[in-house]
Amino acid sequence: MGEKRRVTLEVNGMPYEQDVEVRLTLADFLRHQLRLTGTHIGCEHGVCGACTVLVDGLSVRSCLMLAAQANGSEITTVEGIAPSDNELHPLQEAFRDHHGLQCGFCTPGMLTTLLEFLRDNPSPTERDVREAISGNLCRCTGYQGIVDSALDAAERLRGQDKTTVPDGGHAL
Amino acid sequence: MSRRVLGESAKRLEDPTLLRGRGRFIDDVLIPGMLEAAFVRSPHAHAEIKGIDTQAALEIQGVHAVLTLDDLMPYLQTEFLVVGLPSPSYKQDRNRPALAGREVVHVGEPIAVVIAESRYIAEDAAQLVDVDYDLLPAASDCRDALAEGAPPVHKDANDNLLAEFNMGYGDIDAAFAKATHIFSESIMQHRGGSHSIECRGCVASHDPATDQLTLWVSSQMPHSALRVLVDMLGRDENQMRVVTPDIGGGFGPKLVVYQEDVVVSVAAIKLGRAVKWIEDRREHFITTTQERDQYWEVEIAVDENALILGIRGSILHEHGAYTARGINLPQNSAESLPGPYEVPAFRMNTKLALTNKVPVTPVRGAGHPQAAFTIERLMDRVAREMGLDRTEVRRRNLIPADAMPYSRPLKTRGGLAVVLDSGDYPRSQKETLERAGWEDFPTRQKAARESGRHIGIGIANFVKGTGRGPFEEVTVRVGTSGKVHVYTGGTAIGQGTRTMLAQIVAEQLGGDMENVTVTTGDTAATSLGIGTSNSRLAVTAGTSAHVAAGKVREKVLQIAAHVLDSPVEDLEINNAEVHVKEQPGRIANEKVTLGELAHAMAGTPGYTIPGGMGPGLEATEHVILDSKAFASGTVVAEVEVDIETGGVTILNYVLAHDCGRIINPMLVDGQALGGTAHGIGNALFEWMGYDETGQPLTTNLADYLLVNATEMPRVNLLHHESPSPLNPLGVKGVGECGVVPAPGAIISAVEDALKPFDVHIDRTPISPPQIVALIKQGRARA
Repeated sequence: MGEKRRVTLEVNGMPYEQDVEVRLTLADFLRHQLRLTGTHIGCEHGVCGACTVLVDGLSVRSCLMLAAQANGSEITTVEGIAPSDNELHPLQEAFRDHHGLQCGFCTPGMLTTLLEFLRDNPSPTERDVREAISGNLCRCTGYQGIVDSALDAAERLRGQDKTTVPDGGHAL
Repeated sequence: MSRRVLGESAKRLEDPTLLRGRGRFIDDVLIPGMLEAAFVRSPHAHAEIKGIDTQAALEIQGVHAVLTLDDLMPYLQTEFLVVGLPSPSYKQDRNRPALAGREVVHVGEPIAVVIAESRYIAEDAAQLVDVDYDLLPAASDCRDALAEGAPPVHKDANDNLLAEFNMGYGDIDAAFAKATHIFSESIMQHRGGSHSIECRGCVASHDPATDQLTLWVSSQMPHSALRVLVDMLGRDENQMRVVTPDIGGGFGPKLVVYQEDVVVSVAAIKLGRAVKWIEDRREHFITTTQERDQYWEVEIAVDENALILGIRGSILHEHGAYTARGINLPQNSAESLPGPYEVPAFRMNTKLALTNKVPVTPVRGAGHPQAAFTIERLMDRVAREMGLDRTEVRRRNLIPADAMPYSRPLKTRGGLAVVLDSGDYPRSQKETLERAGWEDFPTRQKAARESGRHIGIGIANFVKGTGRGPFEEVTVRVGTSGKVHVYTGGTAIGQGTRTMLAQIVAEQLGGDMENVTVTTGDTAATSLGIGTSNSRLAVTAGTSAHVAAGKVREKVLQIAAHVLDSPVEDLEINNAEVHVKEQPGRIANEKVTLGELAHAMAGTPGYTIPGGMGPGLEATEHVILDSKAFASGTVVAEVEVDIETGGVTILNYVLAHDCGRIINPMLVDGQALGGTAHGIGNALFEWMGYDETGQPLTTNLADYLLVNATEMPRVNLLHHESPSPLNPLGVKGVGECGVVPAPGAIISAVEDALKPFDVHIDRTPISPPQIVALIKQGRARA
C-alpha cells in the first residue's frame, strides 16, 4: 500500500475527512471511496471531459487531479446539482426537454461544465455554448440536443435567483 | 378516450436517473469483497510466446493471483471463443483464445490477468509480468497481407486469406459490352473505432453455495455472451446469468463477446471473490474491435443517357487477426452497393484479409457507409464525365416510388431475398435539394470564389436495411401492483429503448408511460434474446411489444367486462384503470384497476379464475420478422475549404430520412443527429493508424479525433414517413442511418469546392494535410 494523506473537504455541501493514497485520483476518490459514482471516467487522460467536477466553483478534470490536491476544497459533482430529490435543476430539466442526453455517460461532465459556463455567461450565443463544451466529448447526440439544452437553460436561469448555481465564491 | 402516446415526443423515462448521476454503469457495480483485474497485453503485433514469468507480480502486496491460459484451462471446455456467424466462404477458422498461450497476433492481445485488491495494484503488478517473446514478422496493410510471400498473420497458416465470396446478378458482361461509357474508380475507405464514452468492462461474481455465476457486462448482446460462456465453462444455463447495467454507448463493438468476459468469469470462480475489470481508453484502442480498411476497385457501365447498365468490381476487406463476428461487414458492403439505384447487372468479388491488428467487427453503419460512399462517388464521376448535374444523374437512376416493393436479385447473409420494402427516393432527393438551396448554389459559389472563398456542395442518397431478424423477445406483464412490466432480450445502450417500448405498450394499456417499467438485457428476465445491433430494436422488439401488449389488452378488457358486467366495447383503459365509457343509461366511472384485475388473475386457492381465459395478465411474443425494413434518405452538405490549411467547415447540412412510422420524433432526431456526427467523423477526422509493423499509432483521444461540438454543424432534418409493410407498426430502424450518407455527401462537397484545382478524392477520411497535398498536385497539373 502506498503513502496516505488525510484530506478534509466538502463534497456537495457534505463535509468529509478521509485518508487517501497519495496517487489516488480525485475521480477514483469520489467514485470509489465516497461512492459518488455519478462522476464518470471516459479516457483517463483529460480529453473526454466526462469526469469534470467543480472544485471551488471551477471545472476540473477529476481524472487529472489527485484527491490529495483537493484538500480544503469545496467540490460539486453531478449528484449535487439538483436542488432536491423531487426537483431537477433547470439545466437538468432543459437536458430532459431537449434530448440533451442519450446513454448519459458524458452527461455529468456536460452538466458540470455548463453549470460553470452559464454562471459566468448568462446570455451565451450558440457559438459560445459550442466553444464551452468543445472539451467534452459526446458520441451519442451530435451535440445539437446539448447545445439546445444549454441555450434554453440559460434562458430559464436568467429568470431565476442566481444563488441556485453553486459558485464556490467565483461568481462574477 | 385513452391517451395516445405513440408518435409523441414523450420525455425519456431514462433521464431523471441519469441526470442526477444515479445511473448504474459497469464501473459502478459494487460487490462485497470485490477484487479488480488488469490484463497483461502483447506489445508486439506478432510474436511467439516462449515463457511467462509471473513471480515478481505475485510478490506485490495486494495481488491475489496472476492467471495465464494454463491456469484457466481446468475451468474451460475449450480455450477458444467460437463466435463466427456461419458462412461457406471461410478459408480459415481463426477463433480467439481466452488468453494467448503460444502466439500473439496483435498488439493488445491479452496474455495474463492480474487480480488484486485494487486496479492500481493490479496495474502495477501487470507491469512486472515478464513475457519472453520471439518476434515474428507482421502483416499490417491488408493489401500487402494478401501478396505472395507475405508473412502469415498466424504462424501455422500458409496465407492470410480469411474468406472469399462472389455476389451478383444479371448479365454483367453483356452490360459492359453495350455500354456507352465505362468509368472506373479505386477507393480506399477507413472507418475506425466506436469510442463509446464508456469503455468496456465486466464484473463476475460466483456464489459457491448455489454455484451461481453472475456476469455484469457492458454488452449489447448478453444472451450471446451467456451462450458462449455456457459452451466454454461447461456450465448449464441455470448456473449462469448475464446482466447489463446502464451502458454508456455501444455503437457496435459491444455486441462482441470478449476474452475478458471469459477470463473474469473464471477468475471469480477460481478465487471465490467477485472480480471487476474496467477497460481504459488505451485498451479500448488496442483491444476493442474496430472497422478499418476497405479497398474498392469498381467499374460502372452507363448508356448514352447516363442510365446505369451494370456495376462490377472487388472489395478487399481488412479482417484483423481473428474472427470476432464473421464475414458480415463486407457482405453488407457488397450487398448494399446498388443502394437506392436501379442497377440491372451487378458482380462483386470480395476478399477478407487477415492482418496482425485488432479484429474488425461492425461499428455503427456496419459496412453500409462504405457501399454508399462508393456508389455516390460513381454517380459523381458519371456526372462529371458526361457533363451532367450530379443530382440529374441520380434522379435518372433512382428507383421510383411506384416500383416498391423492389426486389433485387441478391441474397442476405442468411440467404434471404433483398427487397426494398417502401419509400419514395426521388421525393427524398427533390425535397432535400429544395431545402438545401441546390439550385441557387452556383450563384453562392461564384460570389464566394470572387471573394477568395472556396465553398462546395455535395449530395448522397442512401438506403439502409434495418431491423435484422429473426425476432426479439418481449414479455408484457401486468403485476398486482397495477404496474405494467416489460421485459426484452434487447439491450438499452442509450438509444431510449425503455422509453420506446414503454410508449408502444402504454399506447394499449392506459397511456401512462410512467406506469410502465422496462427491463432490458438480462438473461434472467427473458429466455431468449438477440440484442442490440443493426438498427433493429424498434422494429423487432417494438413489434413483439406491440403484439404482446395487444394480447394483454384484450385479456384485460375481457376480464374487466366480466368483473364490471359490461360489454368490452363499452370499456376503455385509462392510466392504470379500466373504465366504463360514459354513455346514456349507464352509470359513468364504474371501474376496476389493473392491479385488481391482476390480483384476480393471479388465482386464489380453491376459487376459479374469472373470465375463463386462464391465469395471469401477461403475454410473451417473438414476432418473426425475417426481412429487413429499408430506411432511406438523402443528404446535401455545403462546405467551405480553407485552401491554405486544408480545413473543412460544414456550412449547411440537410438530412432527409425515412424510417417509416415514427414512434417518438425526439428520439428519432437524436439517432439521426448522432449517426450524422459519426459519419462526419468518418469523412474528416477518424483515423486509426498503424505503422508497417502493426504498431498502433493513435491510442489516445488527442491523436484519434472524435467530432466535437465546434466541428459539428447544426443539422437540418427532414422527415418522411413511408410505413414499412413488413411489421404492424410500420416502423424501420434509424440508429445507423445518419452515418451512411455522410461521407459521400461531404467528400462530394469538398471536391466541388476544390473544382478550380481539379481535385479528385477517392478516400475517407480526408485530412487537412491530404487536402493541401491534393490542391498542390492540382496546381502542378494546371
